[in-house]
Amino acid sequence: MATSTAPPHASSGQPRGGPGAPREALRDVEALRDVVVVAADRTPFSRAGRAYARASSQDLLAAALDGLTARTGLAGERLGTVVAGSVLRHSTDLNLTREALLSSALAPTTPTTDLAMACATGLEAAVIVANAIRVGQIDSGIAGGADSASDAPLVVGDDLRRTLLAARAARSATQRLKALAGLRPSAVRIEAPRNAEPRTGLSMGEHAALTAAAWGISREAQDELAAHSHHALAAAWDGGFFDDLVTTYLGLRRDDVLRPSTTVEALAALKPVFGRDLPADQPGAASMTAGNSTPLTDGAAVVLLASRAWAQERSLPVLARMVDAEAAAVDFVTGTDGLLTAPVYAMPRLLDRIGWTLQDADVLEIHEAFASTVLATLAAWESEEFCRERLGRPALGAVDRARLNPVGSSLATGHPFAATGGRVLATAAKQLHRLATSRGADDDDATPDRKPRALISVCAAGGQGVVMALEAA
Amino acid sequence: MAPATRPRDLYAELVRTGPGAALARKAGLPRPALLRRFEAGAPLLVGPALVLTVGSGASAFRTREAGGALASLLTRAGADVQLELAEQGQRLGAVVVDATGATDVGDLAALGLALGPAVRRLAPSSRVILVGRTPGDDDVEAAAVQQGLEGITRTVGKELRAGATANLLRLSSGAGAAELAGPLAFVASPRSAFVDGQVIEVARSAHDDDARDALSRSERPLEGAVAVVTGAARGIGRATAQVLARQGAHVVVVDVPAASGDLARTANGVRGEALALDVTAGDAPARLAEHLGRRLGERRLVVVHNAGITRDRLLVNLDAARWESVLAVNLAAPLRLTEALVEADLLGGGARVVGVSSTSGLAGNRGQANYAASKAGVAGMVRALAPRLAELGGTANAVAPGFIETEMTAKIPPVLRQLGRRTASLQQGGLPVDVAETVAWLAEPASVGVTGQVVRVCGQALVGA
Repeated sequence: MATSTAPPHASSGQPRGGPGAPREALRDVEALRDVVVVAADRTPFSRAGRAYARASSQDLLAAALDGLTARTGLAGERLGTVVAGSVLRHSTDLNLTREALLSSALAPTTPTTDLAMACATGLEAAVIVANAIRVGQIDSGIAGGADSASDAPLVVGDDLRRTLLAARAARSATQRLKALAGLRPSAVRIEAPRNAEPRTGLSMGEHAALTAAAWGISREAQDELAAHSHHALAAAWDGGFFDDLVTTYLGLRRDDVLRPSTTVEALAALKPVFGRDLPADQPGAASMTAGNSTPLTDGAAVVLLASRAWAQERSLPVLARMVDAEAAAVDFVTGTDGLLTAPVYAMPRLLDRIGWTLQDADVLEIHEAFASTVLATLAAWESEEFCRERLGRPALGAVDRARLNPVGSSLATGHPFAATGGRVLATAAKQLHRLATSRGADDDDATPDRKPRALISVCAAGGQGVVMALEAA
Repeated sequence: MAPATRPRDLYAELVRTGPGAALARKAGLPRPALLRRFEAGAPLLVGPALVLTVGSGASAFRTREAGGALASLLTRAGADVQLELAEQGQRLGAVVVDATGATDVGDLAALGLALGPAVRRLAPSSRVILVGRTPGDDDVEAAAVQQGLEGITRTVGKELRAGATANLLRLSSGAGAAELAGPLAFVASPRSAFVDGQVIEVARSAHDDDARDALSRSERPLEGAVAVVTGAARGIGRATAQVLARQGAHVVVVDVPAASGDLARTANGVRGEALALDVTAGDAPARLAEHLGRRLGERRLVVVHNAGITRDRLLVNLDAARWESVLAVNLAAPLRLTEALVEADLLGGGARVVGVSSTSGLAGNRGQANYAASKAGVAGMVRALAPRLAELGGTANAVAPGFIETEMTAKIPPVLRQLGRRTASLQQGGLPVDVAETVAWLAEPASVGVTGQVVRVCGQALVGA
């Protein structure tokens, strides 16, 4: 595989300084235990309102847990923890992960934690579980998430809610009537959760459109990325890549967002849905369509992490080692950063800490919230000007596009918010395992003297993002 | 997805009601009994076992104990043994005849006359078990007489009612009590509810220590074994995984990725593990061998080739695709997988290979030339494999299910379905668990003397017996 042109700083022993300097405390990192990705499972992902129209997040999460338990033979076993969450939460989901666990085949003595970090929930859950394993608190744990856009909670308006609460608190029938009498017809309205940022009022798509315009991301490039995602995912399914990563659920065998036969031409015919109010002469304006954005999706994904010894004791294979992770957040409200650009900042911090370059990644998984998000992220890392001014360092450089989302990503799988982190982590780990296995098998290959590496980047609502580094086990 | 409910036999349910039974009796219609099946802690037999010895020659068992070896084997298996038919009293749970010494033609009549009064006294779900010898070529009359036992067994099987069965265990030269103990306990037990009219050969094994050891811990005879079951997402495969786990095995269930949801349910239900794998895929043998190599450790391996499909058409209408797909799943996959496991040295001491044949394969069945070819092929496979595995105390056998109530047989047209059920001696279809129990028995260490055989689980079906 040809490597892309490395940026000058990559090979010139660039002295680390400023924001990229390694932190003092991390010198003890050697004392920490290895954390490995043992196995993973997810449901096939389904466009909202289809196969899983009647399934809740809890059902989906339990199904993914059961698939993972079966694959690893862990039924009845107590694990160190299960950390998972969902983005679209019902008020009754106060113990979502716990309830899902109790529906699953795992031992009911396994403790759980609910976690929320918008679309980065699943990946952040993995960071939390991994860290507990690294320091020796636990030996094994599951990280993941589930979301059902079909089963989204509806909320009554504040006026109606306050009136109903007052009526419930009333001590007599008269008081109760009095409380209810205060109700105005206008108060009776139902609020569905919206994909909008509370502080800007803009939907995520509109935010992404601003970023696309700012970086001049063309419609063609976005459609090409989307077509690649579908084609790569279809090939992966056909090749059996997901045989040990996905368990069928409610009769669905594959991701139903996937359109194997889509083409750049077909995608080009779609009407823009975001950024239509932007000046038309601006490059990248009105370039985002339903084809190069992710649809609302239902699904769940979980990943089993453990210490090496734990996996070995159970004769379980290991797919990859989790090296490190970094979270970042940007000021998208008053600042100039785009809502979904936090990984732009997180990645160089992670790379500098572990001494990798962006080009070290044999696999680069960038969550495709929108095609433009991926392209804007890459553009930022390539821009000398941006990296100098905003990151205080030379550009991270270009990446070999063959290494970018090699088996497709969210545009083709769909994006059940909290489930995406688990999906991406599993996909990256499996690819590393495959690369390591095929390199080991082929001695004639000019094998680089290091294990295959992967980098993961997931952006999230609220201007946040999480990135992670993995290495073949 | 909710697991498919088992197909119901409404006729059988009807004639088990008071008015239904009366009507069926008047009209001379079949009245299928509710078969007694395995229940934890339940006794081996529903009543005492009468042990008879018939024959003018010497018994195969060199023992002077009263009632001989059979009495002591049955007692160890938990039966209450009687050596004479009491004038009256409790109905019999079994009548077991040592006919290994039957060498004269006259012995056949003697056996029949001794058996008659005992058969009259049998309780529902009881057992008739004849123990004979494999006919040899040294003594022609003895060989004829021993073959005659088969005719008696199969006829008694057809005459028995109320869920009782008749089977013949045949000892080959040198085989004795150690090899017989396991098979005898199985055909006596409720685990063999749908095994009827069968002849099971019991061979001498250099590893009969295995059998002896096994009997002392017969509660969970598969403890320390890893069992692989293909096609385990549903039906017979799922039931087999459940029974193997109940008997102590660690179970690895295999099915196509498209069935992984049901497969996960099977795996979690038996605290086993799921391996989503298309057994016909080119890399399937290597992947299975790799997976088991990692998981097996010192444990012995049990392989159950259960995955199977049907693509029915009359021979003249069978296209290449229907031939190829059925042969690939039902016959080529068991061959390839077994070969890979042998090469990977995983079928070592005490290993068990169990194929799933079919009465359709043995008797032929209209519209199933492809299926019958594959299922008869399975019988050939285990026969040829048996001597290879024998050196290390391993065995290879097949079960041949008859009409079993599954999603597959639920698709048979109603009239044919009723025929399939009622033409068996037990007048009903079997359940997946009946096949599973037989597979699990073949997997036990105590079955070391049974190898290279096809055991039908068919309620003594009219065909293929």
